[in-house]
Amino acid sequence: MPLVNGGKIVDDSFVKLAVDTPLPEGGDILVPAERFVGEADALLKRAGKVGVIWPNNRDIDELVPYLGKVAAVALVFPSFRDGRAYSQARLLRERYNYRGELRATGQVLRDQFVFMLRAGFDSFEVKKQADAEAFMQTAKRYSVFYQPTGDGRITALHRRMQLRHSEGVGT
Amino acid sequence: MYAYDEIDRTLVNERVSEFRDQVKRRLSGELTEDEFKMLRLQNGVYLQLHAYMFRVAIPYGTLASNQLRALAHVARKYDRGYGHFTTRQNIQFNWIKLSDLPDALADLAEVGIHAMQTSGNNMRNVTSDQWAGVAPGEIEDPRIWSELIRQHTTLHPEFSFLPRKFKIAITASDHDRAAIKVHDIGLRLIKNEKGETGFEVLVGGGLGRTPFIGKTIKHFVHGRDLLSYIEAILRVYNQYGRRDNIYKARIKILVHELGIEKFSREVEDEWQHIRNSSLQIDDEVIEDIRSRFIYPAYEKLPHMPDELRQAAADPDFEAWRKNSVAAHKNPGYSIVTISLKPIGAPPGDATAEQMDALADLADKYSFGEIRVGHEQNLALPHVAKRDLPALWKALDKLGLATPNVNLITDIIACPGLDYCSLANARSIPIAQELTRRFANHELANLIGRLHINISGCINACGHHHVGHIGILGVEKNGEEVYQITIGGRADEGAALGNLIGPGVKFDEVADVVEDIVEAYLALRERPEELFIDTVKRLGVEPFKERVYATR
Repeated sequence: MPLVNGGKIVDDSFVKLAVDTPLPEGGDILVPAERFVGEADALLKRAGKVGVIWPNNRDIDELVPYLGKVAAVALVFPSFRDGRAYSQARLLRERYNYRGELRATGQVLRDQFVFMLRAGFDSFEVKKQADAEAFMQTAKRYSVFYQPTGDGRITALHRRMQLRHSEGVGT
Repeated sequence: MYAYDEIDRTLVNERVSEFRDQVKRRLSGELTEDEFKMLRLQNGVYLQLHAYMFRVAIPYGTLASNQLRALAHVARKYDRGYGHFTTRQNIQFNWIKLSDLPDALADLAEVGIHAMQTSGNNMRNVTSDQWAGVAPGEIEDPRIWSELIRQHTTLHPEFSFLPRKFKIAITASDHDRAAIKVHDIGLRLIKNEKGETGFEVLVGGGLGRTPFIGKTIKHFVHGRDLLSYIEAILRVYNQYGRRDNIYKARIKILVHELGIEKFSREVEDEWQHIRNSSLQIDDEVIEDIRSRFIYPAYEKLPHMPDELRQAAADPDFEAWRKNSVAAHKNPGYSIVTISLKPIGAPPGDATAEQMDALADLADKYSFGEIRVGHEQNLALPHVAKRDLPALWKALDKLGLATPNVNLITDIIACPGLDYCSLANARSIPIAQELTRRFANHELANLIGRLHINISGCINACGHHHVGHIGILGVEKNGEEVYQITIGGRADEGAALGNLIGPGVKFDEVADVVEDIVEAYLALRERPEELFIDTVKRLGVEPFKERVYATR
């Protein structure tokens, strides 16, 4: 499954650990939430980056104390129809100021890229190769956004205010 | 009318090109039907019994004449020459080809119409009072706020994959024509003691298989906090709404399971985090939206012009005027409701010719504006009283002057088994038969205000729970059976109807309704007592006795 990060297809440095896989010596690991919470101290002490895979039905508040220590948070779309992780992503970015890698995993398809970018995801485990290749093109599909989110894109309402003010200057 | 600017138009065009690409990928097999399904739904495209059905949004029920012409054009060019107005200020085309859809959307985009938010598990097309801006006594024009919500709900990045669909309705009049109490969020525009605009917010109303009347979650949310408060409700719902069972996924179930107190505490907590964010709306933003609503330049005209006095001699005109013409906030003008319920025809249908002709009449007599109401009728919102006789003649020629607005033949019905893949029973033929039974205008007038609502399945698109007489078609042992309720209403006194007894067969429905009406005529205290009030006074029993005594 191709990983898109920073708009490009890249190699995934993280290895996903199951609940009972023995802990590797080094290297970057993505750990399920349950195991992460249980073994956090040990996990964070070892060499290599640690990320956590956070299910969409687990309260994100529980993750907050660790946000300064993890290198990546992977949120889950069990189906593209299940949009809970959009709310989790926005909370992580906008309320808890999480600045590390925020990865979309699960059924990640081309037609959700724009929504995911707006919610704060910057990393995508894309289901289909063709979708991953079309990432940059798809991300530019829209130039108008009605809602303010943490991605900083200017909203239609604010653009209108700017237009009003700039028109006001000349007249 | 709200005039789209370059920003709105750009978004609509970007949406069309995205959908064109999605259809192309579906036709080439790159997208599976399962993947494509949600994408087409998010563009208003359903797969129905016979063909694709295309649902187009008419946000808060306001249409300009050129937009109505574009709908006529789509009906003519891509469909079978007619469209069907729904109970949620949308129009549906029932016979459209998938490969034509991107072109149809592109044609509509030219006049600022689209199909976003008409389907899928997202925030649906925001609806409002079809008399907004012209109703006497209205607190202020709710369309300004409707437009703000329209923009905010369109392609929302967080709330496009909710547990289930989500509907918002808004009213600013004492008499609720927008049925806000049966919406996921209902907004009643009010003023606080300082004269500032805000909203009573209701949540958790809805029909379907588990109907609920909405509950007040907050008595006053200031206008500047409207978007953050809605966002807080949606965020709680998105995270905690049930996703394990489609029939328990609407917010009404979450509100019911948590209880309104606990639910409102959750919302309040969330809201405190975001109310001072960039979601806060300052007055300038509201003014900017208001400035793009074009209001007619009304003339000072007489309340009782000669034209109207003369026409009063014609009983047919008078019957229509008394039935279909309502008071306007400006005394020289009227609001004219156009019945899309001619005797014997499917409720809510209009032909391309009728739509074109109506667009012309709107230009001539209503400042180019048309409204769409949830009762599946249209309205011309600014008709000078002196023009009423001429307008009536023109409407009559088009078959659009049936004087049955709010009467027993003004039936709300879903498409039912004739079109819909979810339906268990026919709706339209029941409606057609009922309009024939009560075709006599004298009789219908004698009965007075009486709303019949028909749904062809438990999903309740015909809003049968809130019909004065509600008819629900179900399937029992391979046969269509109809359950009849009475006493429902969708207005400010919203209530769910009560079942009168065992279901009846297709052929018996019209007879049963006749029995109910005869019982009412015999039981009412005086002619002014409406059916709904008699039911409230006496309960179901006397009606039940009458219907089942001989069956």
